[in-house]
Amino acid sequence: MSDAPATKVLEVKDLSVQFRTNDGAVYAVNHVDFELGRGQTLGIVGESGSGKSQTVLAMMGLLARNGSASGQVLHHGRNLLGLSPTALNAIRGDRIAMIFQDPMTSLNPYLTVERQMTEVLELHRGMGRRAARLRAIEALDAVKIPDARRRIDFYPHEFSGGMRQRVMIAMALLCEPELLIADEPTTALDATVQAQITVLLRELQRDFGTAILMITHDLGVVAGLCDDVMVMYGGRVMEHASADDIFHRPSHPYTRGLLAALPRLDDTSAKLVSIPGNPPNMNELPPGCPFSARCRYVQDRCVTTMPLLQRRDVASTALRACHRSVAELDAMEASDA
Amino acid sequence: MREALLSVRNLQVHFKVRDRKAWPWTTPATLKAVDGVSFDLYPGETLGIVGESGCGKSTLARACLNLIPATGGEIFWAGKPLRADDERAWLAARRDIQIIFQDPLASLNPRMTVGRIIGEPLRVHRPELSDDEVHRKVLAVMAEVGLTAQQINRYPHEFSGGQCQRIGIARALILEPKLIICDEPVSALDVSIRAQIVNLLQELQRRKGLALIFIAHDLAVVKHISDRVLVLYMGKAMELAESDALYARPGHPYTQALLSAIPIPDPRIERGKVLQLLPGDMPSPIDPPSGCVFRTRCPKAQEICAGDKPPLRRLDSQTSAACVLAVERSG
Repeated sequence: MSDAPATKVLEVKDLSVQFRTNDGAVYAVNHVDFELGRGQTLGIVGESGSGKSQTVLAMMGLLARNGSASGQVLHHGRNLLGLSPTALNAIRGDRIAMIFQDPMTSLNPYLTVERQMTEVLELHRGMGRRAARLRAIEALDAVKIPDARRRIDFYPHEFSGGMRQRVMIAMALLCEPELLIADEPTTALDATVQAQITVLLRELQRDFGTAILMITHDLGVVAGLCDDVMVMYGGRVMEHASADDIFHRPSHPYTRGLLAALPRLDDTSAKLVSIPGNPPNMNELPPGCPFSARCRYVQDRCVTTMPLLQRRDVASTALRACHRSVAELDAMEASDA
Repeated sequence: MREALLSVRNLQVHFKVRDRKAWPWTTPATLKAVDGVSFDLYPGETLGIVGESGCGKSTLARACLNLIPATGGEIFWAGKPLRADDERAWLAARRDIQIIFQDPLASLNPRMTVGRIIGEPLRVHRPELSDDEVHRKVLAVMAEVGLTAQQINRYPHEFSGGQCQRIGIARALILEPKLIICDEPVSALDVSIRAQIVNLLQELQRRKGLALIFIAHDLAVVKHISDRVLVLYMGKAMELAESDALYARPGHPYTQALLSAIPIPDPRIERGKVLQLLPGDMPSPIDPPSGCVFRTRCPKAQEICAGDKPPLRRLDSQTSAACVLAVERSG
């Protein structure tokens, strides 16, 4: 991981999320720790059910009614968990903004883009409607929506998918937040549009110094955008390291499996190495490592005890949660091949 | 020369669309979802079809099964023409051409057991088979796709996405078809499961000599599985090339842009990459640009591009591209 940042925008300590269901409690997120400095990008990678979305929803106080969070989410030292909705509303959309996977369901179809954007400024900045409108047009210009002056009066359905995502980003950036949480922002978009949005996020980060928390299952997007990467599986952090370490020196069997299962444009190997088995059933997780059921290098204690998230070695800042040492894994992988 | 299994010539699928505000006597506009696409598919081969949403790839797949009747052009199955209105001929052809869909759960009837879902094609196409024979065949095909015999009486909702896709593949396989059309079969699946399904399809293809039409918007997956790739944009073929050649030296500017947009899971490559971004959005399919449909976003467009619609033209032994500016290459 990169050096400890001078100003921490966000510190998450021992965050856990559980849901009460008819089948008993479901532990969606368990003991997650991370911090984010100004202008940094952290990627949270995981497959469906890994707990990556619930982690950020919990941070923002947006959990479903049967969910509850424990631990600490510190924003400049102030714990966001347990804040009243009014106190949270002063922070959400202002200091911390969020964009979602599907822009159509996050924009109000009955209101013009202008009304939705000026509302943010009137609420958080106390601006008048006319000044707010000018500021909103500037924001649309910043995300490169052509002819923003006219298009600001459009309804969401009059924009294409990529344009709608740009409107979402413009709206999120209106108050120049310190932290932008992006939950699968490019998943619903085509490849060429995805590339446009990725470049846009990179530029905005450079220009405004916004920290970005990026949630995705697409390792390609992570590679281009993130400084650090946290890999989650079954509600737990498997590995947390710099992007270079994750892609070039992955130390967890799950991370290695994910990378081997991914077809690459610049690669011509004949067969993908798939991870056997099915995604974890969150109702029936083993007491040990959630990945143990699908891991090739599983041993008895993996099923019974959860390995701690520890430094890879003394010299490294990379964290991993696996009973087997990296050397052990390397040796076993070599003898497999 | 091998005989093509499926030949598609100048296929057109046009839809009449009417603006709700328009007067009833005005002529409806025409949406050309697929416009003049031709290709041949040979036994045992995989043809990949790529393109962004709205490019007509799914419409093309459905037209190849007459699920959406073509409005123009011809389809030949093993050399014999299949007319859109010839229901009987299509019913027979569908014994050999099967399809699997994108959303694995939505394409399975929630009120039928897995055994009935997989066996249903036999009841339609092979009504002479006894229940015992159907049961035996269902079990055999379930084993082939990696489902266990105990799962035969379960319902689709009891399965994960990857397993549902296995059920869909089993249903397509049970008639022992010669061609399976895969319409975004892995898009809805997690990365670790996606590799399982891609490997399964490749293994089945090798074992049974199946031909595949593999439709996806994920170019990396298409490259991995395909022998040849057809690139579509606004219902038109932009490029048809051998898979390796397409990725090594794309002939059409659209293919080049598309390839440059795919992120590679390697931070060292990704951070230094110069992206070739396309300006603007896809134009309205009701009112496509004159000449080359891609010219409004093409970084290389010139005046000549607005003239005639460029047909697919051979650039070298492995590549054809529909671009007037593309240069022929030796080889």
